[in-house]
Amino acid sequence: MITYETKERLLTVEIAGEIDHHTAAGLRAEIDEVIKKYSPLCLTLDFSQVNFCDSSGIALVLGRYRLMKSLGGDVELTGLAENVSHIFEMADLKKIVTIR
Amino acid sequence: MKELNQMTLVFDARSVNEGFARVTAAAFLSQLDPTLQEIAEIKTIVSEAVTNCIVHGYGDKPGTVRLKVQIFEGRRIRITVRDRGKGIADIPQAMTPCFTTGNEDRAGMGFSIMQGFSDRIRVRSCPERGTTVVMDKYIGGRDERKVH
Repeated sequence: MITYETKERLLTVEIAGEIDHHTAAGLRAEIDEVIKKYSPLCLTLDFSQVNFCDSSGIALVLGRYRLMKSLGGDVELTGLAENVSHIFEMADLKKIVTIR
Repeated sequence: MKELNQMTLVFDARSVNEGFARVTAAAFLSQLDPTLQEIAEIKTIVSEAVTNCIVHGYGDKPGTVRLKVQIFEGRRIRITVRDRGKGIADIPQAMTPCFTTGNEDRAGMGFSIMQGFSDRIRVRSCPERGTTVVMDKYIGGRDERKVH
């Protein structure tokens, strides 16, 4: 499940619950719908309400990064728990997105 | 290694069961009083292995996944995940970071994460007969004194 807020052309999407292969497709569709609606310059994905995340979360971020790049925007990640942070480090996500 | 306890779970290769499998494994291993980080790592490696069975082993075809969790002396655990799907033709290639035969929903990082969050991983696979992933891990637990 996601909730979101926009301010000027900054879009913050808070993801809640579990991110795995089962939930990722629905999350991807929900987030992409909001991105296409607002065409933000920066997308912030807030993981603070995520209680589980496996490699499906990496693919979720990579896909949103590609979409935002195609729109000329950037991606930031925030609220990463230790475990999620470790997984994202393995994929070297910090090379392409800002992690706060 | 002397086995102290074990459980085996067999379930349909449906994505909705990924959460069921990882939570069941974590609940069984709660008797070792693992740290929150260890619980997260256990859930993650089970999720990755089970997802591989569903996505790569069976694809869209029906099948079953077998999850076995064993506890050995010395707070060592073994997690074995087996499918009877199409198997892996090239295991080293499948274990290469970012390699995937899946769609854009897959990052190709599953084996890397399983390697990173376990102490030892072994993969046995036979084309058209299935794949077995065996992961060993030491659980220090919240009270390190239990180690001795």
